[in-house]
Amino acid sequence: MVPLSWFLILGAALFCIGVYGVLSRRNAIGILMGVELILNAVNINLIAFWRYRTPDQLTGLVFAVFVMAIAAAEAAVGLALIIAIYRTRNTVIVEDVDLLKM
Amino acid sequence: MSLPQILFLVVGVITLGAAVAVVTSRNVLHSAFLLALTFFGVAVLYVLLDTPYLAAAQVLVYIGAISVLIIFAIMLSRKVAAPHLVQRNSQWLLSLIVAVLLFGVLAYLTLQAAWPAAKQALGVDAIGGLGEAFVGTYALPFEVVSVVLLVALVGAIIIARER
Repeated sequence: MVPLSWFLILGAALFCIGVYGVLSRRNAIGILMGVELILNAVNINLIAFWRYRTPDQLTGLVFAVFVMAIAAAEAAVGLALIIAIYRTRNTVIVEDVDLLKM
Repeated sequence: MSLPQILFLVVGVITLGAAVAVVTSRNVLHSAFLLALTFFGVAVLYVLLDTPYLAAAQVLVYIGAISVLIIFAIMLSRKVAAPHLVQRNSQWLLSLIVAVLLFGVLAYLTLQAAWPAAKQALGVDAIGGLGEAFVGTYALPFEVVSVVLLVALVGAIIIARER
């Protein structure tokens, strides 16, 4: 039997790797990949807590499915924005997209 | 050590290794492919947590849709995603310190707490119960999420459309 703490440690590690990716990438697509890692880490925690703590209720599972749906929506809108910015500014490096900074 | 534990350790090491490569690789396309490997490792973890339905959904949604979408976006912005470009910004060292400290705090707190050692038996039929929950207790949130997804996809088409 795998202890719950193993899943939580793995989730925490995946979350922190994602945080590093979001903070350190210059490429907007790389930042989006970091966000996806973070959402996956959250889902691992949700499912692990559901399985070990409240397997008789379905709240954790339902929440994880909703997170998945929102992640898909976020990826679609994010990548569309990146493509739109690439088309007008010819870059996906976030430091070069500073239209609002006068 | 039992078989699930060995499987967890192997899959966990592969998943975390792939995730580290995702955020450190100089080639964004390699990052995208390794991201798919990370998603697959997470799907195996879902199987270890007795939720094969979510594992299937993970493979379909994350590997089948999101990874492919990301690869598409990289291909469409190929010129600026070239491998010779520096991919990390000037604050990467600070980011690394923040991430490592955050992991230290989370791991410390996790190891301090007393978690139940073993799984309880699955009281409900998870897949059937999930289906019933989506049309019963969680019918309204389910419909709202489907509308959110629809609006997001329509919005993505409008934003990315050539004008």
